[in-house]
Amino acid sequence: MNLAYRDIKHNLLRFVLTNFGLSLLLGIVIMMTGVYGGLIDDALRQARAANADLWVVEAGTNGPFAESSRIPGDTRELVSRVYGVQRAGSVTYQSVQTELNGAPHRLFIIGFEPGRPGGPRQLSAGRDILRDHYEMIVDRSAGLALGQEVPLGTHDHKFSVVGLMQNEVTSSGDPVAYVTLHDAQALQFELAPPASRREQARGGSVETNDQINAVIAKVSPYVPIDETAAALSRWKHLTALTQAQQETLLSKFVIEKARKQQLLIMVLLVIVSAVIIALIIYTMTMDKVRSIATLKFVGAPDRTIIGLIVQQSLSLGITGYVAGLALVFLFRPFFPRRLVFDPESVVAVFAITIVVCLAASTLGIRLALKVDPAEALSAAG
Amino acid sequence: MTEPGRQAVVRVEHLSKHFGAGSARVDALIDINMEVFPGQVVGLMGPSGSGKTTLLNCMACILEPSGGRLTLDGEAVYDEHWLKADLRRLRLDKIGFIFQYPNLLPFLDATDNVAVVLHLAGFGAAAAHTHAVELLDYLEVGHRKHAMPSQLSGGEAQRVAIARALANRPRIILADEPTAPLDSARARIVMDLLRRIAIEQSAAIIVVTHDEMILDRFDHIFRLRDGRLETATGELSLLPVGAG
Repeated sequence: MNLAYRDIKHNLLRFVLTNFGLSLLLGIVIMMTGVYGGLIDDALRQARAANADLWVVEAGTNGPFAESSRIPGDTRELVSRVYGVQRAGSVTYQSVQTELNGAPHRLFIIGFEPGRPGGPRQLSAGRDILRDHYEMIVDRSAGLALGQEVPLGTHDHKFSVVGLMQNEVTSSGDPVAYVTLHDAQALQFELAPPASRREQARGGSVETNDQINAVIAKVSPYVPIDETAAALSRWKHLTALTQAQQETLLSKFVIEKARKQQLLIMVLLVIVSAVIIALIIYTMTMDKVRSIATLKFVGAPDRTIIGLIVQQSLSLGITGYVAGLALVFLFRPFFPRRLVFDPESVVAVFAITIVVCLAASTLGIRLALKVDPAEALSAAG
Repeated sequence: MTEPGRQAVVRVEHLSKHFGAGSARVDALIDINMEVFPGQVVGLMGPSGSGKTTLLNCMACILEPSGGRLTLDGEAVYDEHWLKADLRRLRLDKIGFIFQYPNLLPFLDATDNVAVVLHLAGFGAAAAHTHAVELLDYLEVGHRKHAMPSQLSGGEAQRVAIARALANRPRIILADEPTAPLDSARARIVMDLLRRIAIEQSAAIIVVTHDEMILDRFDHIFRLRDGRLETATGELSLLPVGAG
């Protein structure tokens, strides 16, 4: 005879209402793990999308994500000639804000050379960029449709959306858009006509647009990457970072504070959940003091009483967790940022919930074990 | 009141119980001696504060006496280093308790309120259920076996509580004001039922009561005053009051 189940069945409405409140709380904990996972995944996606072995950037910088990096546009040809480098491609990165239908749109523009490393990984709709100018591939989260035209840059050139991607956003949640390198260079380095005219009028030189932020290199599998990186770094104006170093820069430094803050919020939420579960279990035990006294009086061992409380606590935690998880997945599409759940984090939150429930039930167990069987004798209903 | 050839199921010898110490000491029970034999239904009476409940608690193994000796069905309770588990086993195996109020578990139906004791005693689910239903039938509340406690009348609930007390066929049944919530007709029915059980199960039944209407249902009545058993003549001993 499962006393915990019978008690829950008897007070089903109260259990369901309590469970609903708890599921909201646990749902927030689960959601925070998704936000945390999304933060890291989005940050690493930028670097992983390039599918690089080496990142060649401006000497002395941790570019192009952690710091700005500017190198000459012909660096790619130089890199291509280094022993071990199979393929190389120039890339630029910049954030832009444009206006569409009266609403501001932020995009993270990546300029790449079609046919070379650094382009988009996989399209979910549309086609690759085929023309030299004014075509773009953009992430679906930008809310743009195929064929839609987007004004970008100081000259308000209209870029036509030719392809769509899925889940390509930056660590700050901005959708990624790919354009050709030439277009990206123009967007990043070209002065607006009035500024250009003023520069010429004062006799200043108009800087060349042929600059890039980094060169992405694919290294032959038969040549050690570190060896190629060392060879590249011999040029005084360049630094070569491996993919692992780039990912470390992104996950450990670029999003370090945001990551720590998310982690702290999660820890606080777990503590709050533990306190609330403990109070719920304690209150549920308080309501059963007379029944517990009666059970003890008729000879129920402590393990029966402990079992009753622990089983109810676990029932509350497990159903609350499942309901919370269901709520998060139900509302996942409506979150402004991506929620990324890896199986390990989902299992970890479940394990934490179980541990919290067991720890929280100790308060109820302490109360139950203190109940004197003689309380069953006291007058009252 | 020893009876040659019969062994008392409940034997209390020079039992005492006090609370507190020094000037705050309260003697709740002083030198209590009594015996109850199989098949007997005895009453325990006295004014409030006389020590009835304390004595009942001692006999129910939930309150340790300060001195004296208590023997229940041949087992000398608290004699050696008794553990809490030993007391629990004694309560489960040998003592049935009928509370003043039915004290049924609100989340179990009538059958399971009886079956829970059998489960605790190690009965299988089917056997416990069958025996519980038999007991409810025996106490004439079988037709309410699926009812929750909140759906039972006072008399029905008290019968279910009695069935629970009888479930494990205890040798000792302690009842704390079992007729208090009942009218006089139902009180007499309950007392007749207890007598029938005492005879059929050869159990010793001790009933704490204030109810003067059921005095004729007892084999003996023990009267307590200020923690002592008293007689009409003022001697400290058992006061037998005719058979029921």
